[in-house]
Amino acid sequence: MTAETLSVPAGSRLLEGPRGARPKKLTLSRVGIYAFLVLAALFFLMPLWVMVVTSLKTMPEIQLRQIFAWPREITFEPWLKAWDTACTGRDCNGLKPGFWNSVRITAVGTVISIICAALNGYALSFWRYKGANILFGLLVFGAFVPYQVVIYPLIIGLREIGLFATFPGIIIVHTIFGMPILTLLFRNFFASLPVELFKAARVDGAGFWQIFFQIMVPMAVPITIVAVILQVTGIWNDFLFGTVFAGRPNMPMTVQLNNIVNTTTGVREYNVHMAATILTAAVPLAVYFISGKWFVRGIAAGAVKG
Amino acid sequence: MAQLATANQDAATAASGGRTKRKAFRMSTVMAVLGTTPMIATAIGVFVICIIYSFVLSFTSSRIFPAFDFIGTAQYERLWSTGRWLVSVNNIWLFGVLSIAANMTVGFLLAVFMDQRIKQEDLFRSIFLYPFAMSLVITGLVWRWILDPNYGIQATVQGWGFTDFSFAPLVRAETAIYGLVVAGIWNGVGVTMAIMLAGLRGIDAEIWKAAKVDGIPTWRTYLFIVLPMMRGALLTAFILQCVGVVRVYDLIVAMTQGGPGIATQMPAVFVIQHITDRSNVGLGMAAATMMLLPVVVLLALQALIQWRANRAKEAAK
Repeated sequence: MTAETLSVPAGSRLLEGPRGARPKKLTLSRVGIYAFLVLAALFFLMPLWVMVVTSLKTMPEIQLRQIFAWPREITFEPWLKAWDTACTGRDCNGLKPGFWNSVRITAVGTVISIICAALNGYALSFWRYKGANILFGLLVFGAFVPYQVVIYPLIIGLREIGLFATFPGIIIVHTIFGMPILTLLFRNFFASLPVELFKAARVDGAGFWQIFFQIMVPMAVPITIVAVILQVTGIWNDFLFGTVFAGRPNMPMTVQLNNIVNTTTGVREYNVHMAATILTAAVPLAVYFISGKWFVRGIAAGAVKG
Repeated sequence: MAQLATANQDAATAASGGRTKRKAFRMSTVMAVLGTTPMIATAIGVFVICIIYSFVLSFTSSRIFPAFDFIGTAQYERLWSTGRWLVSVNNIWLFGVLSIAANMTVGFLLAVFMDQRIKQEDLFRSIFLYPFAMSLVITGLVWRWILDPNYGIQATVQGWGFTDFSFAPLVRAETAIYGLVVAGIWNGVGVTMAIMLAGLRGIDAEIWKAAKVDGIPTWRTYLFIVLPMMRGALLTAFILQCVGVVRVYDLIVAMTQGGPGIATQMPAVFVIQHITDRSNVGLGMAAATMMLLPVVVLLALQALIQWRANRAKEAAK
């Protein structure tokens, strides 16, 4: 559970190409292999299919009880309703406000948490002041601490300084809980750079900030991309911190989605629920499909966050 | 004489140069501390002080707000006689063992099959991994809909003529947890697969040739030679799973809300309920401390093993 075991460079190795047993020509076992993989793929795709077809059906058609069937007549009504008018309790504004809240929280939270973590990683690699290693050890320990252990004290602390249930409050919380894994990511990256680079800059008289901005930041672009992917999906998908720390005006999309679906009043509109689910999943899915192999790297480094 | 003077001068400049250099270094160290203020605050403020604070509160009778009237271990005694907590602990074990076992097995199988020089590897990987990009709330909501007794898989398959078909685990207290396991695996097995695939690819290609020369069947090579060699990947995947299991919260809230009844209560849900709706912080913090305990024990064990290994290494020198 040290920093080393956590950072198996899965992404890089994964991209090298297969090195397993040599394949023969098309044999029975080859057919078996593909059959297994295709069946597995169908299992993984099935929920996505169900989400999409359900969201395009009318309620009467859903009541025909054919969850896998393609809709006979496609309707986009549920999508509009999910976005614009679906109700959570008394508010009927759809997912719209949640979406914009999530955008704000994710954008600001990603930037701030990455700046903090990059500075940490840089300082831990080149400016190890007294006690820095103990701090790092505590952070790595923090990666394993169940959130529930620190949530209540954080509520009390943020309330003391008047930031509980505010926008800055939720940003602070995301920065705190993103810090262990992101710091690890940046520390491992900076530690892999040649020390001579740093020493040469020191000889030229550059200080802490100069070296950081002029030498380290330009070199850290690839690792920053991984960190951005990690944070955007992580913060967007967060539910627990959003429920506890964001407060009603800043409620993120995931929380609002759950409220819409689990609201007990009125008829359950499954098509609207599924449209809302897809809308909430759209941003991380887009990040996933656009970033491709970068995402795998991010996971290898950051699944600890989970 | 002149020589001496220049030598002195040299010494003087060297000394003053050293002083400014040291001063500059000290300045930069101050900057380093300044630049990492958030880290210092998080490491000490959150991961030390907050944890101690929670621990201390677990010995008090705090309700909504922290109160410091110490009542000894009464909260722990109460905790271990609270049905809801006992169910939670049972569930986390069952859920943990089942989902980790299934996840590791399926993840390894997928990785092995993916490693057979298949075509469209990227496509398959994308398919196996995409659920992980989505929130566990979404996972929970989708699977609840799929497992819906009236409109989900059960009703659909019955509509195809298999009227005896029954697959709606969420509605019955005894089976609800299996529904959670299925959803959890759908969400997370891709990651396990990716880590194990990386482990497989990290193994020396010579091993394969040697095993082939010795005439060992492929499946035995995987099981008895390759599997033990990818300890690192296995350990990483396992640790990730453990952390995920202890933290499971979103999935429960979205999928079962702890029900039917209290059948799928989990410790993480228990703690949050007690510090919010149930306003019984003392009991909640006792539960939180119990959640931290296994983590601390495991980390201590890990540290001990590492320390002994290091000592053995030094002794060997």
